Amino acid sequence: MTAPVLELRGITKEYEGNRVLKGVTLAVRPGTVHALVGENGAGKSTLMNVLFGMPVIHETGGYGGEIVLDGKAARFASPADAMAAGLGMVHQEFMLIPGFRVAENIKLNREPTRANPLSRIAGSTLETLDIATMRHDARAALDRVGLSIDEWMPMAGLPVGHMQFVEIAREVDKKNARLLIFDEPTAVLTESEAATLLDTMRSLAAAGLGILFITHRLDEVLAIADEITVLRDGEVAGRLDPRATTVAHIAELMVGRPAATVRHADAARRAGGTPRLEVRELEVDMPGEEVRGVTLTLERGEVLGLAGLAGHGKVGIANGLMGLYPARGTVLKDGKAFALNDPRAAIRAGLAFVSEDRRGVGILPDESIELNIVITAMEAQNRFLHHGPIPALRLLDGGAVRRHAREMIRALDIRTTGPRQQVRRLSGGNQQKVCLARAMTLEPDSLLVSEPTRGIDVGAKERVLEILRQLNRERGMSLLVTSSELAELRALCDRIAIVYRGRIAAILPPDAADAEFGLAMAGEREAAGAARG
Amino acid sequence: MSTVPARSPATHPPTSAARRARALLGRAAVPLLFLLLCVSGALVAHIGPEFLLREMLSRFARNAVLVVSLLIPVLAGLGLNFGIVVGAMAGQIGAILVTYWRIGGIAGFALACAIAAPLAVVFGIGTGWLFNRSKSREMVTGLVAGFFANGLYQLLFLFAVGSLIPWHDPSMLLPQGFGLRNTVDLWRIQYALDDLIKVHVVLEGSPVRVPLVTFLFIGLVCAFNLFFQRTRLGQQLRAMGQDPHVAATAGIDVDRNRVIATVLSTLFAAWGQLFFLQNLGTLNTYSSHDQTGMFSVAALLVSGATVSRATVWQALLGTLLFHTLFVVSPLAGKALLGDAQIGEYFRVFVAYAVITVALVLHAWQGRRR
Amino acid sequence: MAERAAPAGERRGAATAAREALREIGIPRLLIALFLLTLFAVAFATHMDMAALITDCILRIARNGLLVLALLPAIQGGLGLNFGLPVGIICGLLGCVITLNAAIGGWAGFGLSAAIGMALAVPAGLGYGWLLNRTRGQEMMVGTYLGFAVVSGMSIFWILAPFTNPALVWAISGRGLRTTLTLTGIWDKLLDNLGGFHIGRVGIPTGTLALFALACLLVALFFKSRAGLSISAARSNPRFALAAGILDERTRVQATVMSTVIAALGIVVFCQSYGFVQLYTAPLLMAFPTVACLLIGGASVSRATLAHVVIGTVLFQSILTVALPVTSQVVQGDFSETARLIIQNGMILYALTRKSDR
Repeated sequence: MTAPVLELRGITKEYEGNRVLKGVTLAVRPGTVHALVGENGAGKSTLMNVLFGMPVIHETGGYGGEIVLDGKAARFASPADAMAAGLGMVHQEFMLIPGFRVAENIKLNREPTRANPLSRIAGSTLETLDIATMRHDARAALDRVGLSIDEWMPMAGLPVGHMQFVEIAREVDKKNARLLIFDEPTAVLTESEAATLLDTMRSLAAAGLGILFITHRLDEVLAIADEITVLRDGEVAGRLDPRATTVAHIAELMVGRPAATVRHADAARRAGGTPRLEVRELEVDMPGEEVRGVTLTLERGEVLGLAGLAGHGKVGIANGLMGLYPARGTVLKDGKAFALNDPRAAIRAGLAFVSEDRRGVGILPDESIELNIVITAMEAQNRFLHHGPIPALRLLDGGAVRRHAREMIRALDIRTTGPRQQVRRLSGGNQQKVCLARAMTLEPDSLLVSEPTRGIDVGAKERVLEILRQLNRERGMSLLVTSSELAELRALCDRIAIVYRGRIAAILPPDAADAEFGLAMAGEREAAGAARG
Repeated sequence: MSTVPARSPATHPPTSAARRARALLGRAAVPLLFLLLCVSGALVAHIGPEFLLREMLSRFARNAVLVVSLLIPVLAGLGLNFGIVVGAMAGQIGAILVTYWRIGGIAGFALACAIAAPLAVVFGIGTGWLFNRSKSREMVTGLVAGFFANGLYQLLFLFAVGSLIPWHDPSMLLPQGFGLRNTVDLWRIQYALDDLIKVHVVLEGSPVRVPLVTFLFIGLVCAFNLFFQRTRLGQQLRAMGQDPHVAATAGIDVDRNRVIATVLSTLFAAWGQLFFLQNLGTLNTYSSHDQTGMFSVAALLVSGATVSRATVWQALLGTLLFHTLFVVSPLAGKALLGDAQIGEYFRVFVAYAVITVALVLHAWQGRRR
Repeated sequence: MAERAAPAGERRGAATAAREALREIGIPRLLIALFLLTLFAVAFATHMDMAALITDCILRIARNGLLVLALLPAIQGGLGLNFGLPVGIICGLLGCVITLNAAIGGWAGFGLSAAIGMALAVPAGLGYGWLLNRTRGQEMMVGTYLGFAVVSGMSIFWILAPFTNPALVWAISGRGLRTTLTLTGIWDKLLDNLGGFHIGRVGIPTGTLALFALACLLVALFFKSRAGLSISAARSNPRFALAAGILDERTRVQATVMSTVIAALGIVVFCQSYGFVQLYTAPLLMAFPTVACLLIGGASVSRATLAHVVIGTVLFQSILTVALPVTSQVVQGDFSETARLIIQNGMILYALTRKSDR
């Protein structure tokens, strides 16, 4: 067994008390492809940031553990350091300049130059570019990755697949490259382009590089990896040999957790009658979470969960229903036609939404708690306003707002100095409670909640889940809960729908076996819409 | 560096011949329009080509370098550097000192350039620092920085000179005993550069100076710009101008380079202002630099250059077109409407309008989602 | 990704509180306030006519208040500093010129000028707002140069337009408006003198101050109304607002229209107080001292309140009023103009380069 080119030993990272990486250890041997898989939030990006010496790591207290490159301990103070030591990264968002030519991109900031009279006086930055050598080196790099395009072509206009290869050619051109990291490289490629990419990765590995392959595409992992590390909740959930595992097993490891509480399918609980929501062939254009045709039903009084791997569209469903992203399809609310692409109509129809993007969509950080709680109701339902002739100019009823806010703070146990405190000052958990309070203020009959406990400390997590349970039990509110934490859904929901590639792969009862969930998430169970239980 | 699901990277449609032809036409539209304006104005005012040539020989020589000084910041993604006013002030300080020390001729001019250079470098570093602290707002910042610097300049020359700073030439001071006079006669260094090699051409019956050496130096400045784009630093600036994020990831020190770009721009503006002054022969102490930024920017844009792309040829073409319009407009106004004042307002309006349109085009966003 | 938890309760010593207050106020403002105090101190020490000085200060504060107020809706709407104020100002000036040309004087003249100006400002604001929506991120620059272009374009209009009243046009050619139109005897100081009274020897332009106060009140109320809260929410977090059914494209235009209309009214009130209507290039740079007023009051590019409007106008206009007479005792030459350039533009520069705004 050859010595590894890269070893990560016990890497830990905390962001203000939140332990994002809890001791990650992995090793990549030269000439092999090592796959790193995990859900969003599992810690993959943080791990890469640590490895590459990104400023955000240093600015927030550094990291713990060791990075060992070729047997020597290494500490990278900046990405430039990491690159100089032989690490290369093929990014997800191409780091390419469309206005430059292919060769210029390959040689960016490493251009070969020649001295000239001016540079002898003023310094090396004024050396002339050696275009001939640039083209020659670029040609060689392109050949190595198997791309036959003209190296002096302008970058703009190249198909996405070619751009990906130019990225790789750039890394390969770095003479001292030891380890190449591929971050979701095939996410934007067609099938055939992806296949070519995998071949290229294999040949690069064969030439002696170490390859770290981060991806969500589990079938690719099995096709090409020599070793697999599964990351979950900042820890290594498993190390697998691709020859001795299945896609379903990997998926299981990624999302599963021994569920402490599992809700048992309670047929008696469903109130019956017209379903709250009937969704038929819903399509949503949410970048990164496209929904390609979802059909499901939310019964009265039920708690329906939406699960699935990141990027497969589970988050897009609620966002599409609430009009935040362009959506198409047919939706019936209580048997009546429901207008898509209209947030106000959704609210007036009795839906309320708690977004997964708390900071980006969920709160007005500089405003008071009380305003955050009532403003959506004020705007969409014309409430909390004094009377007046012109609806748009009615003044806010400060007294009513204050009273309502106090009640919400008490009911949800929001830890704050008062209703006028700025929401930005609250902890994540309390901010989430404010979001819930706002949704509850709308007095919906159905609540759509996305990632209810993301980024919240353990104590607050339970409280939030309990609030949701209460809403369902005591007010008969129907809940559509989207979450990456399967255990949470299994403890909360009557049924769980698994979303795979923008469609419903299966609907399972919470007490179904782990393996069933794993298979559905991995797409092995093509039982679209087949509800069980 | 994230592992959230990828957004589709910006795919750029392939550039077909038809598309490139349309782009070329688009770029040519603006200068063609101006050419049309100039020609129609000249016809209306019965201005002959000889008159125009006579005017252009001096105006082009005066203004070209100022316009060229705008190029490097555009390359680097800083947009239109309205802060070249600050460089112009550096140049003026050189001219004032040289006049005070009574050094004339080419020696005086060279000395003025030598004095202005380190001043321009310092001012450029300051402006560059401001740019780094106001990312995405550089153009407004440059504009206001120019106004602010003007205040400091006035403080220096209107109050400090002759009082806090001893000045032993009372003929340069205001009657109150301190403060520089409103106009400084630069007769000693007038035409210092222009006439280094005396060449005359006869136009409309009288000899007209052809500032050959000045043209030569303008050529040198342009050559430097062209050379610069093929150097390592130039390539770095080009990268930054197109995509600062990618440039930073590639290890380019974006902040430092922005300051360097600003310094170079300010330096050329300082010398450019000296070119301007030695041809004009008079310094309006408190207003010569006033419109420098605005007119130079307008001149650049008139050629079809944009906030993000400007070439040396466009700078030269723009100088010609804009200053032709400058000359033609009041005469056309007088001939057409009996009022030269209208023509003067018109040329200022044109300058402002051109800049407004360029800014709008630069920031224009299509339909949302 | 995991969020950062909010800071736990900090122990607040007097020192930390003082340091935070200082950071909030900012060194430049402190220096400006000190400068003003120094000017007043010197005035007092040199036995200047304090009553006259204070009267002038109050006059100028009242005169400029509305214009500064006009900037508030724009910042609240998320458009930054409205350097395109000349757009509204031109509308107001047009209103003045039209009524003057029709030789309407007195209250009718003043009222009609304001009414026409504000009516014109609505479509102007709509157009300007539409443009700003298409140029997000560069609003300040676009506004500045749009303002410049409009003012210089209007200069041509003032010459060519069919205004015939001999009191307004150049005597010799009989065509083209004069640079400055006098209001003496027409509606000069009408509002100022309305209910005007004196405290000791200090004169108070009651009418103008009252209008300013009324306008401030209305604006404050508006931002507590449903429409106003929507505008603020859309600025604060456009995606949040979208989820509530608020379109920030609409709110931004509403904010721009408000700003332009108040500017139109503001210039008419200004002219009334000043006694002259200044055309051609006078409005060109008017936005800058106005913006500086607001910033000196404590506002930033992204946040402004009524307190900032009032405090800033008081501070800056006082300096502008007092600086010339006081410094001219000590120093020959117009030091106040240079001081104005430095303070005004320095303040704007400071606001543009503050880290907390990005």
